Amino acid sequence: MYGIGVIKGLGVTLKNFFISYKDDLAWMGKGGRYYNEEALLQRQGLEGQGVATVFYPEEKLPMPERFRFIPFLVTDDPPPGQKWGHDWCTSCGICSKVCPPQCIWIERGKQPNGRPKPEPEKFFIDIDICMNCGLCAEFCPFDAIKMDHDYELASYDRTTAHIHDKERLSKPLSYWRSIAPRRAAAEEAARNFAEEAKARKKARDKDAESQEERIAEAIARQLIYKGALY
Amino acid sequence: MTEVTDTVPSNGNGQLIYTSPAEQAVNKLLQAFPDGVELDGREGYEGVIVAADHLIRVATLLRDELGFSYLSSITAVDLIDENKLEAVYHFYSVNNGGTAAVIKVQVDRDDPIVPSLTPIWPGADFQEREAYDMMGIVFEGHPDLRRILTWEGFHGYPLRKDWKEPFFEEEHKPFGSRWPGGEVHRAEEENLYGMNVQYPPGWMPKGDEYDVETEMYSDLVLPRDATPGLKTDKVTVNIGPQHPSTHGVFRMVVTLDGETIAGLKPVMGYLHRNHEKIGERNTFIMNMPYTDRLDYISSMSNNFGYALAVEKLFDMEVTERAEWIRILMAELTRICNHLWAIGFLLNDLGALQTPMLYYYLERELILDFFEATAGARMMCNYFRFGGVAYDLPDDLRGKEIYGWLDELVNDRLPAALEQGDRLITGNEVVRARSIGVGYLSPEDAIAYSASGPLLRASGVAYDVRRADPYSYYEQLDFDVAVRYNGDVYDRYLVRMDEMIQSLRILRQVIPHLRETAGAPIVSSKPQYALRAPRNGEAYGRVEAPKGELGFYVTTRRRDSNPQRYHVRAPSFINLTPLEVMSMRHKVADVIGILGSIDIVLGEVDR
Repeated sequence: MYGIGVIKGLGVTLKNFFISYKDDLAWMGKGGRYYNEEALLQRQGLEGQGVATVFYPEEKLPMPERFRFIPFLVTDDPPPGQKWGHDWCTSCGICSKVCPPQCIWIERGKQPNGRPKPEPEKFFIDIDICMNCGLCAEFCPFDAIKMDHDYELASYDRTTAHIHDKERLSKPLSYWRSIAPRRAAAEEAARNFAEEAKARKKARDKDAESQEERIAEAIARQLIYKGALY
Repeated sequence: MTEVTDTVPSNGNGQLIYTSPAEQAVNKLLQAFPDGVELDGREGYEGVIVAADHLIRVATLLRDELGFSYLSSITAVDLIDENKLEAVYHFYSVNNGGTAAVIKVQVDRDDPIVPSLTPIWPGADFQEREAYDMMGIVFEGHPDLRRILTWEGFHGYPLRKDWKEPFFEEEHKPFGSRWPGGEVHRAEEENLYGMNVQYPPGWMPKGDEYDVETEMYSDLVLPRDATPGLKTDKVTVNIGPQHPSTHGVFRMVVTLDGETIAGLKPVMGYLHRNHEKIGERNTFIMNMPYTDRLDYISSMSNNFGYALAVEKLFDMEVTERAEWIRILMAELTRICNHLWAIGFLLNDLGALQTPMLYYYLERELILDFFEATAGARMMCNYFRFGGVAYDLPDDLRGKEIYGWLDELVNDRLPAALEQGDRLITGNEVVRARSIGVGYLSPEDAIAYSASGPLLRASGVAYDVRRADPYSYYEQLDFDVAVRYNGDVYDRYLVRMDEMIQSLRILRQVIPHLRETAGAPIVSSKPQYALRAPRNGEAYGRVEAPKGELGFYVTTRRRDSNPQRYHVRAPSFINLTPLEVMSMRHKVADVIGILGSIDIVLGEVDR
């Protein structure tokens, strides 16, 4: 019969119409389907059916750990009374060398006698230029620059507010641990293992390197590798 | 089409040696034209160098007798040190598959004239115009040699090595001004006009430049001959560039006889960002996120093509787990892209976003997976040289990742495809509007260098994954989706078929991923500054969802930036048969035909 295709299609849309209310009814006794974090995860997961809208800003999708927006600098957890602690950045410049649109400007720290100091004097990122690729965080050897999850950065003036300086970029390690707990834990484990391996290597005789210690060092290297790649 | 016979020659010791069809073709060319053709002897380069006056004869011989009828890519290279410009042609054999027969023509930089292949191969049209626009090579015999990606009054040839862009800072990245003495500044404040424009010296815009447009298209308006007996005019009208149905900023100048198309000229370049020049300034690793922005719907495929090209140049191996992850990402990207493409095709045909949004629900799941793995939904920047950047995440939305993938591939996506099938395939409106519309014959499809679903819907079963396999596709069991009617409906069906085949591939890949869990995902520790180990060129191509996506990269030894970086963009070249497909159809059909080609402007314009 001519027209059966259209009718079948209308059947599909009609079915979807009813499905869009099915979950509403199912969640009525459990606190509602909207503005409800548990329901949001189910709505956005593989079993989600019906209306898939995220009612931003009351509901926000949880970002996965690897989500990258613009970078931030990691500092030690600050001593009481201060805003941030010691910078982890050593101003090696690798992030600015690997940045594809070249949006990172670093002024290397200088000791009084003119030699370089492993701390940045100035650190600027122009977030208008930043393309959120994450290469800076990937290649930093000191875990000092990481990709932030904060995307709510709209402002009225692009010329002044969009060049982030070191103060704006610095955030404590506890913040990094809160947004990416597994990665932070893996990186910390790798750092500790590497340090212990180095300490053990220094503390013993150079010739008496046993098989276990070589394996432990290889594991440490792998962990750093894996931690950085997690 | 003649087959290249599979002769199995032997060397002097009686051992059998195999020469690929491309090598056989090259040998036959060397025999047939001893004076005009010579082997490209430069270290790391392949193919032959042909004298400019022999080009047409060589190309005709390749097509008619040697079976290399598919002209895939024309590009140009600026050899400023030797004061030469080089045009590079890649020919493929549709019947035999395999690698390319590469032809190069070198001409003087101050007077670059190369005979045009457009009269023989209509598919050379846009690519020669691009080579003219970007490098200044004049193709003699081209029917309409105008600039294509820049505006008609543009001054200079942007891809030449001595041309500098308005925001020029330094020749190669990384720039010295960023470290160790970084004084931040905004580049736009340093440009005289405050914008990314550059005018020829001594010229200022007056505001009456619109006359250029009218003059250029004046011959398209043919008055008073349209319908015999009636005094009618043909009207020249723009479709686009601001138009919701042109898939981006794409413009078509159509000549209409009433509502019927009498002529169509695509105008592109509104999204031209000179990606290839940026590619020359970037280092090799920096180019990876830029490739995401080419076909921004399917970023993983672009990464894949570029990674293949550079791995060929650097002789890098890829680990096993990384290859499986790459195939997983490539096929998920294919499904992602086809869901989008079918949704937008239906939009163009008038189904106001309903199928599109139904498909989007599935696409969101795939994009969530990309976000959890690579860090971003669309601009993934995931592939690295020798592998991939990160391993798969442990879980996604609370579910263990292999179980999540299994459920996606075995339950969720097949149900969505089946629902879409019920909704669209039998629909009489879709059938009436797309069957018989936009016909492209198989011979035309090959002659116009069409690729991807456009080619396969016309009956030519050429898929790079089978013709010139890369990664582990040879081991996988899947079919090449072909249809034989060559109209819009068949292109829709080919995309549906390809999605089903992608699911088939995914079902084979996921067990391998489970087995190789914990294996290394990159073959050597990633370096942020790679130096090319040798001179050479490489052409890495993948079957991107839109067609054959190729990256032509050349380099010099010890350089950390590519010497020449060219993208063979399928959407750009698939637009060449648009006029042929649209003749004598109505305006509404043209929108549908454009939707069935499935273009994305990031790739068309680069």
